[in-house]
Amino acid sequence: MFVLVEMVDTVRIPPWQFERKLNDSIAEELNKKLANKVVYNVGLCICLFDITKLEDAYVFPGDGASHTKVHFRYVVFHPFLDEILIGKIKGCSPEGVHVSLGFFDDILIPPESLQQPAKFDEAEQVWVWEYETEEGAHDLYMDTGEEIRFRVVDESFVDTSPTGPSSAEATSSSEELPKKEAPYTLVVRDLEGAARTAG
Amino acid sequence: MEVKDASSALLSNYEVFQLLTDLKEQRKESGKNKHSSGQQNLNTITYETLKYISKTPCRHQSPEIVREFLTAMKSHKLTKAEKLQLLNHRPVTAVEIQLMVEESEERLTEEQIEALLHTVMSILPAGPEDEQKKNASSDMAVDEEDPA
Repeated sequence: MFVLVEMVDTVRIPPWQFERKLNDSIAEELNKKLANKVVYNVGLCICLFDITKLEDAYVFPGDGASHTKVHFRYVVFHPFLDEILIGKIKGCSPEGVHVSLGFFDDILIPPESLQQPAKFDEAEQVWVWEYETEEGAHDLYMDTGEEIRFRVVDESFVDTSPTGPSSAEATSSSEELPKKEAPYTLVVRDLEGAARTAG
Repeated sequence: MEVKDASSALLSNYEVFQLLTDLKEQRKESGKNKHSSGQQNLNTITYETLKYISKTPCRHQSPEIVREFLTAMKSHKLTKAEKLQLLNHRPVTAVEIQLMVEESEERLTEEQIEALLHTVMSILPAGPEDEQKKNASSDMAVDEEDPA
């Protein structure tokens, strides 16, 4: 589920923090910059693992702060393809079932990946698995809060950095919707026979 | 910022749990700066991730248990990803093993699957849900519980 990512960055320490140990200041700055944020094509950053190398710190003219190039490793949430995970159902919509892991919410089970046959109950806004046995069909509801086991099928990263001024006029006439896209989404498949045995 | 290696190592849930618990202890001792707005993200992600991992069987593992488990797994010829999934999830049924191990029908006979299950259940400690739900996972304090 979690991987270690090696990164390099330049960290700026303002003068009023010079009395603190450099390592502590740098760790705090890196966590402030990356924790709980998605890095494009890497994953959701959790916390700093360690600092592997500190290069010389420089003070540039006009700015009293020190700039240090840091090589470090960060713990990132990035499940590999076909990994099995257990999460809680957050809700259902016509797009599919939304699952959450607590710290990561943008997981979607599209309708084709649910156990078949499945149908969407409009009245209760919930997906239902119609399980056929000899006695007849049992309806198993995908209720909110239930634990569900799933396999990662696909992931998508969206670059949500702000667009430049030249495209501002083009987008100002369109709706606000594109800005709400999640930077990192997982598309998963519900698992045969194991969905009900989790938890 | 530059990413040198996007996947230099895989981490087990237990390692992340250990790291976050130590981080939390350190920050508790250092005092006042955790409530500044810059630290809010770290607080949120640490809390949520700890909450999630505390509900899995990884909570009661230790480095010795992990080492023992990996030595025992050597004979079964599983890939790194499969061993990691077994370590993180602690499967108790054959169905779960078949999901985590690719092409398990071809690679493992029924006796091997049974043996694998037996190894997993004997070496890895049981999860919190097997301890009569006494683990209130929403509590932020580190519980000093006896392992099962």
